[in-house]
Amino acid sequence: MGILERLNGGRWGVHPHDDHKRPAADTPLRVMPLPAKLCVPLLQHVGAPAKPVVAVGDSVLRGQLIAAAQGAVSAPVHAPSSGVVTAIGPVTAPHPSGLPFDAITITLDGEDRALEAAGVDDPLALEPAEVTRRIADAGIVGLGGATFPSAPKAQLGRKLEVQTLVINGGECEPYLSSDDSVMRHRADDVIDGVRILMHAVGARTALVGIEDNKPEAIAAMREAARAFAAIRICPVPARYPMGSDRQLVEVLTGKQVPAGARTASIGVLVNNVSTCAAIHRALRHGEALYRRIVTVNGGAVAAPGNVLAPVGVLVEDLLAFVGLKEAPARLVMGGPMMGLALPHAQVPTVKACGGVLALTAAEIARPAPSACIRCGSCVKACPMGLQPLEIAARVRAGDYDGAASLQLDDCLACGCCAYVCPSNLPLVQSFQHAKGTLWARAQQKKRNALTRELADARRERLERDARERAEAAAKRKAARAAQQASAAAPGGQEMPS
Amino acid sequence: MLVPVVILTLLGLMLGLMLGYAARVFAVEGNEVAAEIAAMMPGTNCGQCGLAGCGAAADALVAGAAPATVCPGGGAPLAQAIAAKLGLTLDLGGLADQGPKIAEVQEDICIGCARCLKGCPTDAIVGASKQIHGVLHQACTGCGACVTECPTGAIGLRPLPQTLQDWNWASPSFA
Amino acid sequence: MSEYLILLVSTALVNNVVMSKFLGLCPFMGVSKSMDSAFGMGLATTFVITVAVAASWVLDYFVLAPLGLQFLRILTFIVVIAATVQFIEAVIKKSMPALYQSLGIFLPLITTNCAVLGLALLTVQEGGSFLKSVVYGFGSALGFTLAMLMFAGLRERLALVRVPAALDGAPVSFILAGLLSLAFMGFAGLNFS
Repeated sequence: MGILERLNGGRWGVHPHDDHKRPAADTPLRVMPLPAKLCVPLLQHVGAPAKPVVAVGDSVLRGQLIAAAQGAVSAPVHAPSSGVVTAIGPVTAPHPSGLPFDAITITLDGEDRALEAAGVDDPLALEPAEVTRRIADAGIVGLGGATFPSAPKAQLGRKLEVQTLVINGGECEPYLSSDDSVMRHRADDVIDGVRILMHAVGARTALVGIEDNKPEAIAAMREAARAFAAIRICPVPARYPMGSDRQLVEVLTGKQVPAGARTASIGVLVNNVSTCAAIHRALRHGEALYRRIVTVNGGAVAAPGNVLAPVGVLVEDLLAFVGLKEAPARLVMGGPMMGLALPHAQVPTVKACGGVLALTAAEIARPAPSACIRCGSCVKACPMGLQPLEIAARVRAGDYDGAASLQLDDCLACGCCAYVCPSNLPLVQSFQHAKGTLWARAQQKKRNALTRELADARRERLERDARERAEAAAKRKAARAAQQASAAAPGGQEMPS
Repeated sequence: MLVPVVILTLLGLMLGLMLGYAARVFAVEGNEVAAEIAAMMPGTNCGQCGLAGCGAAADALVAGAAPATVCPGGGAPLAQAIAAKLGLTLDLGGLADQGPKIAEVQEDICIGCARCLKGCPTDAIVGASKQIHGVLHQACTGCGACVTECPTGAIGLRPLPQTLQDWNWASPSFA
Repeated sequence: MSEYLILLVSTALVNNVVMSKFLGLCPFMGVSKSMDSAFGMGLATTFVITVAVAASWVLDYFVLAPLGLQFLRILTFIVVIAATVQFIEAVIKKSMPALYQSLGIFLPLITTNCAVLGLALLTVQEGGSFLKSVVYGFGSALGFTLAMLMFAGLRERLALVRVPAALDGAPVSFILAGLLSLAFMGFAGLNFS
């Protein structure tokens, strides 16, 4: 560590005074009763959307495959309960845009009949490829929020001979405690999942990073991991965004992930604790990923806490279950720092949804932005070592390339800069906007290249056609000439009448 | 009186010879900038700009006869790239309200005459004679060349719907 | 030797052609939006000034002065400058098309850059030796490039900050130029003796 880093570095991130995790984290886990219907989205992961394998009118059972994976990076989707498929089509996505995405709507019959599930007694005896296949079949994706399908990730880890697994129990976002709940109540599942994943990847050690503001989870996990020397429980300081893979890897292993690279490039694979629990259930019980623990929290919620809810439940139904004290001023899926504001409550949850927040006006109040005073707080807070104030100045002036030259690509959109900004500047939104603009430009460039290719191919074809026609015409002409010559030779020239 | 005249004439002659020689040594073949800009363009020669193809549009741009937003197919990114290259100030106002468009065949009117197939600069329309035609979304540039070809008015341009993938955050208002 | 060094420093800094003689303000304001084009303009002007000063000195010393035709200075010098600019335009167009584009109209306008003619006239009026005149011209040209670069750098920063609407654009650039000029006055205190 250089002198500069000693002085300034290692102090990245922010620590909110009140993380709002309790009392929701301390309440017992509740199981949500089945709602009337579920809207199970087809795209709940990074990659190609799943392809429906059921039709409207089909009855489905809990755990039945309803949409199959398409392509190398994709994940299948399973029915969370039994009922009848009533629609396959667009529903509003849990996204601030309010744009639609495709989902399978299932009207539940309330009987919750399950498909015969076949678990394995000893997953560690299976071939790693078979373990990976089962993870893929269960539709498991990264539940920390990145939603990268777990099976291709494990394959990548195996290919790159990753030796260390980092298990992410950071859960640094305020308000959320779903991973905390998983570790407290299902520590054995998590540890078993870690062992299965280590087997699938071929890793030697696993480091479980848990923020030190979750002493109960640390104690439970220590107890569960006692028998396994290869799995180490590592309490890490509670500091946002400790749950970001790069930050956690650096704190636990001391290694920094290069810009633009994956953690696997330095021999580390990061998986969330909830993902590990899901892997355990998939392998031991043959249970696909169709339900998860969701934190429902926020000032407007009457009984905040952790709820075991099916994937695809409408936020509306979830909020009805926990009750509302007042009409929420804003609904958020995910945490308050990186979560997405919802357009309304009629949106389904997804696999990676760890929390739904119903926030009051007081909780989201933010003073109007004023001018940047160049205090540098954002530079200190940025976990990626960027200069948010300089990037934002360029975005404001419309100089997106200038922003990109300051490594805008490395921005996590964690919101630390905006959190500490004394001028309340909308830094994150400006970065999101700039990233989106740059992405659109890159897309357009690709499109233009494709158009050019097509136009060139067409020109070539037209030229070839013309040439061939000309050649054919020449040949015909020659043949006709020869014919005429042979006809004319014996009988002399015939006069046309 | 005569001396200054002689001196200036000699000076002019000398410098003229020097410049003539330099013009020969440093001659530039064609207009390289126009060639570079033509390479940036879609290259479909779709004619939406009202000029005779992409090469002509590039020449017009270099000559200052066309604005940077001349190419509707290239959209805002191309306009920005051209403006940056030529040092022009950019007014995206005319371009922003249109948005990307795509051709669409109304299947109940299409008679399968296959005329639009020949008119398409990117081969984005598939189909055969007496068959209803379809448009490949990936390949269609929304140039509208097919619209004028269609004898029954079955082809129209429709704006491309926004999806979750290409939705972007609005630029926030700073203080 | 030290004489030439002092000449170089005093022409580049103390008597900076832009900041204290106020010559060449046209490209100074016109081509200072980005560091790249400012640097290119600076280099092109440096070349033109150095060549023009040398050619003018030779023309004056061997032709005009012996014949007593000093009244022809402006006429002949401008012809020499115009030819040099034409020459460098052809070179840049061939070798650096991007720079040629970014300099735009300001490249042929070096001909009418008063700094060039001004320096050519000043050097022959000073009546120094050939070498001294060339160093004088080169030093001044370096000072021009320096001023261009500093101003362009400042303007690049200026484009990112919030300027009151009434002052946005040219007005604040003039204020900035004035401040920079004031700063250059500090060099007047340099004592070489």
